[in-house]
Parts: sequence; structure tokens; C-alpha cells
Amino acid sequence: MTAAVSDRQALSYIGGQAADARVNVEIQTDDGMYLNIGPQHPATHGTLRIIARLDGEQVISADPVPGYMHRGYEKLTEVRTYPQVTTLVNRIDWLGSFANEVPFILAAEQLMGVEAPPRAQMIRTILFELSRIGNIILFLGDMGVQLGALTPVFYAFRDREHVLNQIESATGGRFHPNYDRIGGLKDDLPKGWLAETAATMVKVRQFCDQLDDLLVGNTIFQKRCRGVGIIPPDVAMAYGMTGANLRASGVDWDLRRDAESPLMWNKADWNVITHPDGDSFSRYWVRLQEVRESAKIVEQLCGQVPAGPIMAKVPRIIKVPEGEAYVGTENPLGEMGYYVVSKGDLGPFRVKIRTPSFNNISIAPWILRGVYVPDIITILASLYFILGDIDR
Amino acid sequence: MNALLASIPYWGQSLIKVVAVLSIVPVASLVFVYVYLFKMMAHMQSRLGPMEAGPHGAFQLLAEAGKFLQKEDIHPDGADKWVFIAAPFIVLMSTFLLFLVIPGGPDLVITNFDTGIFFALAVSSLSVIGVLMAGWASANKYALLGGLRAAGQLVAYELPMVLAVVGVVIQAGTMSMQGIIFKQANDKIFGLTAIGNPYILTQFVGFLIFLISAQAELTQTPFDMPVAESELVAGYMVEYTGFRFLFFFMAEFGTAFGFSAIISILFLGGWTVPFIDATNNIMNWVGPAVLFGKIMVVSFLIFWVRFSYPRLREDQLQKFAWKVLIPVALANIVVTSILKVAF
Repeated sequence: MTAAVSDRQALSYIGGQAADARVNVEIQTDDGMYLNIGPQHPATHGTLRIIARLDGEQVISADPVPGYMHRGYEKLTEVRTYPQVTTLVNRIDWLGSFANEVPFILAAEQLMGVEAPPRAQMIRTILFELSRIGNIILFLGDMGVQLGALTPVFYAFRDREHVLNQIESATGGRFHPNYDRIGGLKDDLPKGWLAETAATMVKVRQFCDQLDDLLVGNTIFQKRCRGVGIIPPDVAMAYGMTGANLRASGVDWDLRRDAESPLMWNKADWNVITHPDGDSFSRYWVRLQEVRESAKIVEQLCGQVPAGPIMAKVPRIIKVPEGEAYVGTENPLGEMGYYVVSKGDLGPFRVKIRTPSFNNISIAPWILRGVYVPDIITILASLYFILGDIDR
Repeated sequence: MNALLASIPYWGQSLIKVVAVLSIVPVASLVFVYVYLFKMMAHMQSRLGPMEAGPHGAFQLLAEAGKFLQKEDIHPDGADKWVFIAAPFIVLMSTFLLFLVIPGGPDLVITNFDTGIFFALAVSSLSVIGVLMAGWASANKYALLGGLRAAGQLVAYELPMVLAVVGVVIQAGTMSMQGIIFKQANDKIFGLTAIGNPYILTQFVGFLIFLISAQAELTQTPFDMPVAESELVAGYMVEYTGFRFLFFFMAEFGTAFGFSAIISILFLGGWTVPFIDATNNIMNWVGPAVLFGKIMVVSFLIFWVRFSYPRLREDQLQKFAWKVLIPVALANIVVTSILKVAF
């Protein structure tokens, strides 16, 4: 029984922390029903499993169990050569694939002391932002599905297509571009691509306006999301959350602006979006604004791509000198980083991949206590994880 | 028409009525699923919907029904077998019973109860039992949650629905479906007799309450927690396959048709049209089409909301029923009775 009492204290503490957010947590903690959400459940975007202990519709505790889709990429990189690794890391965050390649390539370039030419860096930045748009557009629609509104996700798929077409025409791959090379890019851009891409951003912006009308302004959507799943800034930082989840808690932190990077975000005029509330709604809102900002970046950068080579001088057989490097970038989901250890071989000795979703989802047991079952789904959806990004 | 009906022997009449009721549910759900679930939803979502089977996929549903009928009839190991088997039948039965009292013309009635609307509301709430049975007997936690949610929701929204009907009954002075229709056709509004008095004009609040409650009774978004796809997967239906699932599906859309019909009868004048005498024999032929048209308009509203809105949470839904709908419905009754006495 003592355990039950302390549990109750913990619960009331948490309940007090977000007093408006959740209904009073008055739970009999001795028993309860275990509800296994996942691994096969439509709301888990794949195979995340959540073991929830329920009292009626209220959650006493919820523990995420990742690992059902572990593919061992860190280990696999050790038996690949450097150019082969991009093929693997493409598949980590499968919705924003190109963004996964960049930090690894940057880390390798840093170790080799190679700098890609400005044209390549600029194209990298544009494609990086395009994959962000393509990724987050799907989140914006998917959030509607988790709330029961089926229509937005079809609009999302429709308009993501424009972005994917641009990525495909430049890289040859819709989902897994494998376009980044150490020292530059695989190919130059096709003719007219820059103008087309800039024109595509109009459609992206229209989609954002449409969602503003369809979801953000909707009373039911606000009722379901406002004040639900509040993460205070200190808690968000303590759990190592990054990306829009952190910015939605009011922390002004964006690696695109704050970190030294050879990529060219500083050439464009854009804002880091934050929201003070830290609830599901603000996470949605921040991402929606971020798509608009990304569209702005892409439009501006498309007009500034310099002429020149796309490949620096690199040896035919790439051997990375001995050393260690960490490069993290602001990926669609948050900070993604590669810690590369090289022993001077053809392939890396060890690669540690820091993926944003893993940290973002680690807050689940904290945030899900005391909420109702339907809110499990909306909170998880608003945290926006991609399973490949958790399990890699 | 009366003479025609009188020339048929009693058993023949009974047979026609049985066939009519038995066929209207599948046909109605066929029409609804195709027009709304397949086509309207698709076009709203910038898709085409089924296009292969038949012109514009018109026969898609036959294919779907064939698929469902071929499937293995599975019941889970832990399920309470007989309750599990019986549940879809009970839900479907309540749908069939609903159509007993819906008239399609001056003489096209299956049964003309004096308490027709009372009967309709009573049998429609029978489905709660089936849903609860399905949720409980499935031996599945998701199904249980869904079943209990459904029960709570159906009970909560039954009340404002009944209360909204009370306003109409007070104004019409009868509970018979035909009586309400005739009253609307022959009544006058502010002394004008031209279009009669469809109660949507004088009972607009009641109409809205009834429409919202019907939305909840039919478990359509924004009130679809019992089947909430993204959280409970399919709620109380999660363990059902094959033709039992088909029964639930048919019951859902058949009931949607039934409720739309009741709304058209209570508030839009049923099978009557302005400027044509309601007792005219021609109405026996035109009436069903008129009623069908009104049903399609009402159900368009229901499905329009379904496809565009997110869903409420269980507690928000209950709050909405008990704190908003029921007080408004009670106020509506009070105002209606005062006006009834005053004028």
C-alpha cells in the first residue's frame, strides 16, 4: 500500500504541474487495466508499443516500448565504406530522407578537411528544407487523422506530392535520394529546377492556409489540443527534447541559426518560431509556421544559387583520416547528429547516431500520466515521432 | 391507391410490407455508402473514390458485400460465443424496426401507430444493448472500452433527442408520424397557409438539437469515440469479421437513413410538398421520391460534418450533452408550450 500512496503523491504533483491541462488525477493506483497500445496500432506510425495502465479511461502509467523495428544501422555502418553509409541513413527518418544524409556527410567532410563548393552547399540547404517541408506536411495532415478528421491527410498527401516531385527531379529518388556525396553532390540540378521549386512553394503555402482554416481554427481541434499535454520548458530540456517540440515549449533554440554550419541558412531571412504554451496545439502550430518559414527559405535560396562546380576535389577512393567528429543539424524532427569515429579505414570505426524522436518520445511516461485514453493518441501525435527515427 | 391496396388480400399486404422493410435497409445503406462514404468523401478529399467496378464504381459495394460474405466467421477464443453472435443481429434488428413507422405517402404506411415517433425512438435505442453485448462479449479491451463509450454516449444523447421531439409533439398535438406530417402540411405559419408549416421554421432549435443528437446516436464524427479509428481501432466492432461486420456496417448506415427520414418527417414535412394537397392520390407515387430527396439533404448535412470535423473527447462529449443540449432542449419545450397555450 505504501507504493500506492507515493504513487498518488507523484500523480498529484504531476497533476498540479499542469493544473488546467488535465482533469484531477484521482486514481486508485492499486490495480487497473493494462491496455497494450501497439505494436500494431494505427496511431503508432509503425511499431511503437505503449503499455498503458488504465483506470477507466484515465491513464495511471504509460511506458513506451521501442525496438520492434530495430535495424542495427549503427552496427551496419561499421561494415560499409563511407560513400555507402548514406544509403543506410536515408532510411532512418524516412519522410525526410535527404536531411539524414547531410550531417553524416558533413562529419566525414570535417574529418577529411574537405569543403564542398558553395553551389553544392546551397543545393544541399534547399533540398534539406524541401525534405523538412515534405516531412512536416504529412504530420500536419496526420494530426487530423489522429483526431478523427480524415480530410486533412489527403490534402497533405496531395501537396506533399509537389515537393516530392521536386526532390525526385533533382535527386532521382522520391524517398531515398542518396544524393549527397563527400565533397559535394552526385549530380547537378536539372534545367529550370530552381524556378520550378520556387513556384512549388506557393502550393505549400496554400496548403498551410487551408489547414489554418480546416484544423487550426476548428473549435473541436482546439478543445482537444489546447492545454493538453503541456510540457514546461525545463522539463522539455531535461528530457533532451529538440526541434519543434522544444520550441513549442518556449525555448528559442534552432541549430540552423545557432550552430556553425557550412550550410547556407544564414543567406536567407527567416525566423525561428516559438510558442509559450507547450501544449499539443502549440506543437502543431509551431510546425505549421515552420513549414511557412521553410518555404520562405527555399524561395530565397533558389534565387541565390551560385554557378560553379558541385564537387570538391576528393580522392577516388575515400579514406577518412583518423579522428572523431560530431555534427548535428536541425532535422525535421529535431537535432540529428552523427558521432563518427575513424581509424583511417575505408569505413567508419564506429558511428553513434543521435536521433531526435528517441529523445522526444522518452518524455511519454511523464506526459501521459493522468490523461485520458484519447489524449494518449493526440499527445503522441503532436510529439511527432517517426518510428525509424526511434529504432534506427 | 386505397382501392388498389384494398384489392390485395391481407396476407399479400403483409408480404409486401415485410419485403419492403427487409429490402429498404440494405438498399438504403447501399445508397448511403456509395453516395456519401465512397463518392462524396472522396471528392471532398481530392480523390476519385472507387472507379473500376461499374460506371464510376457503382457496383463496388456489391464487390465489397461479396468479399465480406466470403470471409471466415471468426470468433475469439475468450469470447462469450452466443452473445458475440447475437449482438450484430440485435443492432440490425433495431434498424429494421425503425422503418416500421416511416410513411412514404398518404396510404403508404406499414403501421400507423398513434405513438409512432415514440416507437421509433424506443426501438432505435435498442441498439445500445447490441453494442454493449458486442463490446463485452468480444473479450477485448478495445472492444470493451468502445462498447462502454457507446453505451454512455447513446444514453446521453437519447435524452436531448427525445426532448427535441417533445417540442414537435406539443406543436402537432399528436405522436403519430402521419399525424405530424398532415399537421405540417395543413398548418399555417403567421396566418400564411401556402407552404403549410414545416416545423424546421418554428422548431429550429429542436431541429438543431435533433440533428446533433442524431449525429451522436449514429456515432458519426465528431461523436465517434465508440469506434474511434485512431485510438480504439474500431471499438466494439474490432473482433468482428465477415458478414457480422457487414451487419454492423449496414446497421450504421441503415440507421442513418432511418434517422434522416425521421428528421425529414418531423421537421421538413415528410413526403409532402407545398402546393399539392397531402391527400391527393398522386402523393402516393411522388411521396416516396420527395421523402427520399429530403432524406438525402438531411443526411448530406450529417456526412458533411462527419468528413470535415475532428472528434471530441469522451468527457467533452458528455459535457456537451448534459450541460448544453439538454438545458436548451428543456428551454425549447417550455417556450413551445407557452406559445402553444398563448396562440
